[in-house]
Amino acid sequence: MSQATPETAVRTSLLVRALIYAVLLIFAVYYLLPLFVMLVNSVKPLDEIRQGNMLALPQVFTLDPWRSAWSTAQIGVQPTGLRPYFINSVLMVIPAVAISTLLGAMNGYVLTKWRFRGDGIVFGLLLFACFIPFQIVLIPMARILGLLGLAGSTPGLVLVHVIYGLGFTTLFFRNYYDAFPTELIRAAQIDGAGFFRIFWRILLPSSGPIIVVTVIWQFTNIWNDFLFGASFADVDSQPVTIALNNLVSSSTGVKEYNVHFAGAVLAALPTLIVYIVSGRYFVRGLMAGAVKG
Amino acid sequence: MNLKKLLAGSALVTGLALFSAAAVAEESVEVLHWWTSGGEAAALNVLKQNLEKEGVTWQDMPVAGGGGEQAMTAVRARVTAGNPPTAVQMLGFDITDWAKQGVVADLNDLAAKEGWDKVVPAALQAFSKYDGKWVAAPVNVHSTNWVWANKKVFDDLGIAQPTTWDELIAALDKIKAAGLTAVAHGGQPWQEATIFDAVVMSTGGPDFYKKAFIDLDPAALNSPTMVEAFDRMAKLRSYVDDNFSGRDWNLASAMVIEGKAGVQFMGDWAKGEFLNAGKVPGQDFLCFRFPGTQGTVTFNSDQFVMFKVGDDRKAAQEKLASAIMAPAFQVAFNKVKGSVPARTDVDGSDLDACGQQGMKDLAEASEKGTLFGSMAHGHAAPAAVKVATYDVITAHFNGEMDSKTAAEELAKAVAAAQ
Amino acid sequence: MSLSQAAQPAALRKTSELTERLQRALPKLVLAPSFAVILVGVYGFILFTGLLSFTDSKILPSFNLVGWDNYAKLWGFRNWITALQNLAIFGSLYILICSALGLFLAILIDQKIRIEGILRPIYLYPMALSFIVTGTAWKWFLDPGIGLEHTMHVWGWESFSFTWIKDGKMAVYCIVIAAIWQSSGFVMAMFLAGLRGIDNEIIKAAQIDGASNFNLYRRIIIPILRPAFLSVFVVLAHLAIKSYDLVIALTNGGPGRATEMPATFMYSYTFTRNEMGIGAASAVIMLMMIASVIVPYLYSELRGGRR
Repeated sequence: MSQATPETAVRTSLLVRALIYAVLLIFAVYYLLPLFVMLVNSVKPLDEIRQGNMLALPQVFTLDPWRSAWSTAQIGVQPTGLRPYFINSVLMVIPAVAISTLLGAMNGYVLTKWRFRGDGIVFGLLLFACFIPFQIVLIPMARILGLLGLAGSTPGLVLVHVIYGLGFTTLFFRNYYDAFPTELIRAAQIDGAGFFRIFWRILLPSSGPIIVVTVIWQFTNIWNDFLFGASFADVDSQPVTIALNNLVSSSTGVKEYNVHFAGAVLAALPTLIVYIVSGRYFVRGLMAGAVKG
Repeated sequence: MNLKKLLAGSALVTGLALFSAAAVAEESVEVLHWWTSGGEAAALNVLKQNLEKEGVTWQDMPVAGGGGEQAMTAVRARVTAGNPPTAVQMLGFDITDWAKQGVVADLNDLAAKEGWDKVVPAALQAFSKYDGKWVAAPVNVHSTNWVWANKKVFDDLGIAQPTTWDELIAALDKIKAAGLTAVAHGGQPWQEATIFDAVVMSTGGPDFYKKAFIDLDPAALNSPTMVEAFDRMAKLRSYVDDNFSGRDWNLASAMVIEGKAGVQFMGDWAKGEFLNAGKVPGQDFLCFRFPGTQGTVTFNSDQFVMFKVGDDRKAAQEKLASAIMAPAFQVAFNKVKGSVPARTDVDGSDLDACGQQGMKDLAEASEKGTLFGSMAHGHAAPAAVKVATYDVITAHFNGEMDSKTAAEELAKAVAAAQ
Repeated sequence: MSLSQAAQPAALRKTSELTERLQRALPKLVLAPSFAVILVGVYGFILFTGLLSFTDSKILPSFNLVGWDNYAKLWGFRNWITALQNLAIFGSLYILICSALGLFLAILIDQKIRIEGILRPIYLYPMALSFIVTGTAWKWFLDPGIGLEHTMHVWGWESFSFTWIKDGKMAVYCIVIAAIWQSSGFVMAMFLAGLRGIDNEIIKAAQIDGASNFNLYRRIIIPILRPAFLSVFVVLAHLAIKSYDLVIALTNGGPGRATEMPATFMYSYTFTRNEMGIGAASAVIMLMMIASVIVPYLYSELRGGRR
């Protein structure tokens, strides 16, 4: 593992390389196609969409659908656009990601460096939580949130997302810290460093790659969640995915596809940015721990 | 005693009293619904404004998705959490199901004061009331056995408005022969079931419809008449274009509007699409009852179920219910929605030709006892039975089974779902 | 609080003993809240669902026991059988193609590609989007009337036909296509990370021995990637079993009920058909399926941890 380098040492001929580039570019087109359809159609007037080719570039370019989706489209009885819901999502996703990542890091630290009898079973139980189908927890969770007085509030949503994110965050950090030299911890202990001090001073500063992976994973999942938002949110806490769904799936009336697409891209923008900006660290982070068998 | 202190104290007390009075006056209702965009949301906005005039704030809680499927999940979570909304838009047996859980309000005092019993058709009251108590305020009645036709297509091909099944088939043949899609249809289970309601009514008549769909009599469900109804569905299938599956109903309406198709079998909400496109009833498009079902109406009705709330929210809730039942609102709302008012005593002269005919048909059917809940829209039997019929109707319509098997499966599915 | 002078040393000793005890218990205390919420929020709720599956719950939970009735009913539903068949088709194709494609792309990208920095986010971004966002675009794309088929006709390829989404037998393959689009980039990243972790000395040694590139990958590199394969399999398997929004967005279970999946089945019985008991029974079967995939993985993971 120590000799790992960014690229393979396999040698290839020029012709093969050309072929490789061609294949990679074809797949890039495949991956980009849906995004292209959304972007192109979000800047066309509605009548052009109705008669036209969905892949054609716009004849008349307009940003009105974007404006409408952001601030004036009818979502329920209020013409607010997606803006207020977008803010709700931000208020929900930041604490949820921060808390679940921190807890995951602590759990991973305990499970690898402060092992105790039965830690394997505890980890197994935490890990299985990743795989529970969320539909089954809706009703009992609603009851618990009601009892806690958190029903229909942003803190309630944060709590739910933290609980169901813990499995993955713990898995990521546990695998990462497993490879971290235990001797360093022992040395620090002999120097008199305590439990938290070791965590803050030694482990956390070297956890960069895995924090990136965890944050990307959690941010994407929580931002894109629909089920919990639709069930546990209230008037003032509905996240943007619910608003987007309200925008695009009206039961009657004219379907403003251009506004729908603009809204969809707007709602997806934060996750897109996160992926594009930190994509490089993502693979590095995966290398560092998440993939380990 | 220090007078100054006393004065100050009493001023404080009055101030507090005033403050708390203001807090009480700040009434609000929270309404969960799935009318999230376009005309429906605009229509609901009328209600919001009416309430705000009375000092009641409206907290909007829209949850779209299907015919309120997602909204029903949200209601369940809210009720389980002990935090129910003031009112929830709901359909048919869902209302009864919720009333059975003992979580809905009792509106009898208000209903008695405003005389709801006299103005709402009995068939609707069956849903708005549970155990003798009013629990919901009905806002409209949709009737589902309509045919929407392109007048130009009919005129060009010399087709008269069909009144029997055979005439309908003859008309469809003509349209098909002219190279058009005869029937504009969207292949979603509920749309197929909507047509099936009308076909069963037309094939077997009102008594058969009642026996099969309301009494859920196994002998009627698996009968030669039902086999024939399935045969007729298969016949209608042959007039549908190739791309029908998964199509939204409003896109099917658009085919009729644009003259690409002859007719659509759909409830009266389709009218809104025609009006939106600037079409005029009688001139550009025709509305008539599904051939063979004249004189009967299959309906569904949107109602706002009032949930049990604390005493502090009760007054606002009653204001909401009262505002929904106000005749002026019922007319204004239904003009936009395409349906007809749930009250039969309102002046419908504001509505267009189709709307007025709808009101007339409703009053007549209510009197004659031929007003039936629609199976497709959850007003004939509970949700489990409704969706079980969808399964069979859709499977048959998509050619997965023949008519005889379909009738057998229908009886079996209905029995299993009860 | 005030302590008398005489008592102080003893108290100090006591405190330090306490601190030490606390120190020793600290790791467990840190872990405890997470463990507690998972115990309730996952295992408590699973037990609750298991209980519900033996009751006649309809719209809200009831605790009227009816024995195995719900399970008997469940296996009598054609929809449930269809859902399981679809999961088998969808699951196997999805896992197989995603892994193969992911590995293939990872190997290609690993060949010192200059534009890797541009390609990687392009391959990865679908994982960042939910199907609420991309569903409409996919629906359009697959719809013969406005999508790919229509576009090909407009461009002059009149005989082109692509009507799978409208065909009950083929629609499930459309779901496979969209699902692969979403996750194969992510799988690629996982394999790429695995490839980058391989010691180049091993490769060089094999090259000196005269191994061809094909043999190099087949005999040496891919076997080293075994752990990555395992992780990929688990991630994909659980995505397949839980696949819900994908189906809802693309076909909503249609045409007819041809693309019903266990997750959509469970949701529809629990929440739209007001048959919570049957929904719970199907959830229990789903959980058992998930467990049968995950538990062996967990077992090997935990044994690995002991090495």
